[in-house]
Amino acid sequence: MIIDLEQFITEEKPHWQALEKVLDRLANDPQQILPVAEVRRLHYLYQRASADLARIRTFCAEENIRRYLESLVARGFAEIHETRAKPRRLRPLHWFFGSLPRAFRRHFKAFALACLLFGIGGVFGGAAIWLDPEAKPVLMPFAHLKGDPSERVAMEENAGKDRLEEQKSTFSSHLMTHNTKVSLFVMALGMTWGLGTALLLFTNGIMLGAVAMDYILAGETTFLLGWLMPHGVIEIPAILVAGQAGLMIGGALLGGRNAEPLRFRFRDIAADLITLIGAVAIMLVWAGIIEAFLSQYHAPVLPYSLKIGFGVVELTLLIVFLTYGGRGQTVATLTNWRLALWPKAGRPRKAG
Amino acid sequence: MNHGATSTLEITTPEGVVFALPLAGPVTRFLAFLVDWGCVMVLANLISLVVGLFGIVSRDLAMALTIAAYFIVSIGYGIVTEWYWRGQTIGKRVLNLRVMDARGMRLQFNQVVIRNLLRFVDGLPAWYFVGGVACLVNRQAQRLGDIAANTIVVRQPKLQAPDLNQLMADKYNSFNDHPHLAARLRQGSTPQEAGVALSALLRRNDMDPQARVELFETIAGHFKSKVAFPPEVTEGLSDERYVRNVVDVLFRSPTAQSGGHGPPYKSTRQ
Repeated sequence: MIIDLEQFITEEKPHWQALEKVLDRLANDPQQILPVAEVRRLHYLYQRASADLARIRTFCAEENIRRYLESLVARGFAEIHETRAKPRRLRPLHWFFGSLPRAFRRHFKAFALACLLFGIGGVFGGAAIWLDPEAKPVLMPFAHLKGDPSERVAMEENAGKDRLEEQKSTFSSHLMTHNTKVSLFVMALGMTWGLGTALLLFTNGIMLGAVAMDYILAGETTFLLGWLMPHGVIEIPAILVAGQAGLMIGGALLGGRNAEPLRFRFRDIAADLITLIGAVAIMLVWAGIIEAFLSQYHAPVLPYSLKIGFGVVELTLLIVFLTYGGRGQTVATLTNWRLALWPKAGRPRKAG
Repeated sequence: MNHGATSTLEITTPEGVVFALPLAGPVTRFLAFLVDWGCVMVLANLISLVVGLFGIVSRDLAMALTIAAYFIVSIGYGIVTEWYWRGQTIGKRVLNLRVMDARGMRLQFNQVVIRNLLRFVDGLPAWYFVGGVACLVNRQAQRLGDIAANTIVVRQPKLQAPDLNQLMADKYNSFNDHPHLAARLRQGSTPQEAGVALSALLRRNDMDPQARVELFETIAGHFKSKVAFPPEVTEGLSDERYVRNVVDVLFRSPTAQSGGHGPPYKSTRQ
């Protein structure tokens, strides 16, 4: 049987065009919610187009109409069978104070593993400098760190003029973009089953451990803390959070005890991945500003106690934020329990 | 969901209808990337020109903004364009490509961000070597970013709404003067044979002249072997015209041909 193509097109074309119109409207404004009557109409038009496609595939080998209907059915399929929530409008405050700390806590094991890898690297780097000071040229990440720490401290403290005069914004911008690139790279290397991420965390740990031990052995611990803490207490956790994201990707690839197919494992972590990378970007912007405008100034311009104190405050706030942030639901639950146990506590007191 | 033989992804809907998404290969995707790379360069230079005006106030600030702007454009270009153009960048638009959810569902913002951020690993060691190899190896031609985001890149050739009138309007078909032979032709032809004849007619203007003559000679010969119309009907009829008449017979019902749905015929005999 061959269908009468002309009659078929004449009869069905208005319905195809009506479906196309609704799909265009939905595509142009994904936020809009269709009334029930229109949803029913969309469903009817989609089913009709599906039936037409089935007829064309069975009774006619005409390529153009089949392709046209396939494209229409594919678009309709995405609208009708999508069960994931539509993206909400951006709520930055809700995201920052709620979603971000919750996402961090949900994947705390990955963060702990990132800290462990970084820490092992740090111990390794520190031990290498302690046991073999000759290894310094190999382990130090930047040229200016290869010299004697005490000489550098003396030079920094006796600097007559501002080295970064008229360059602070450029330096800050450079730090932000460079560190964000490195963090994204740490995260993206999760696609090597987490090995690349683990390796980068370990090597970064080695470099930091080596620098720290070099300054400690030279008796410049105060300078080291004053230099690194203002920006480091945010920058290092940012790299670790990027590592957390990378290890989450690696974990999704490996699967472990999760028997779900790969696409479901990735779907489960997708939203949290984006949230964590957003957090990394914000932290690195802050760290970049602090490093350029504060960390590079030493005593006597800025007392070390002030810089270290600033770092301690930042770190405390960060820990409190990540530990207790977004627990609104928990607070509400606790309030409900309190009211259930002591009903009078929640009632307004009678006057007199 | 099946993977078709010729780089297509076939999706079966719960209604039992199958539709195919033609997958884009690494070469086309790389060409789209080159176009996008050019766009990022142009955009970054334009922004640096505008931002350069801040240099009147502070050179330091202008330089800082230029560095930040280039970074934001290079990272954000793919995310913003793919999100607002529903899976397309300028390069993908030029090459008729589109990013889609691997299950045929609506593309989500998370998917767009993840596939773009994982370009860092796909781009290793240079010029998307890792991504290109992954594309070649993967059954759905996915690079690593696509695997993590559950996305695919499909080819989307420009589709025209079906219109048979451009093919058969205003032409008199002498085969219809012999309804019993036309009926036998309809009965003896399969949908595939009819489809081949129709496709050949729809694409005839894209063919090389020699190939066109040879193709219509073969198709006409095939249908001539099925039903023999009287010599006075086929005399002086070119092979292409013969195929056109066959398609007209096969794809129009007798009611339409007698004036029910079809356009008015000219009286010119062909």
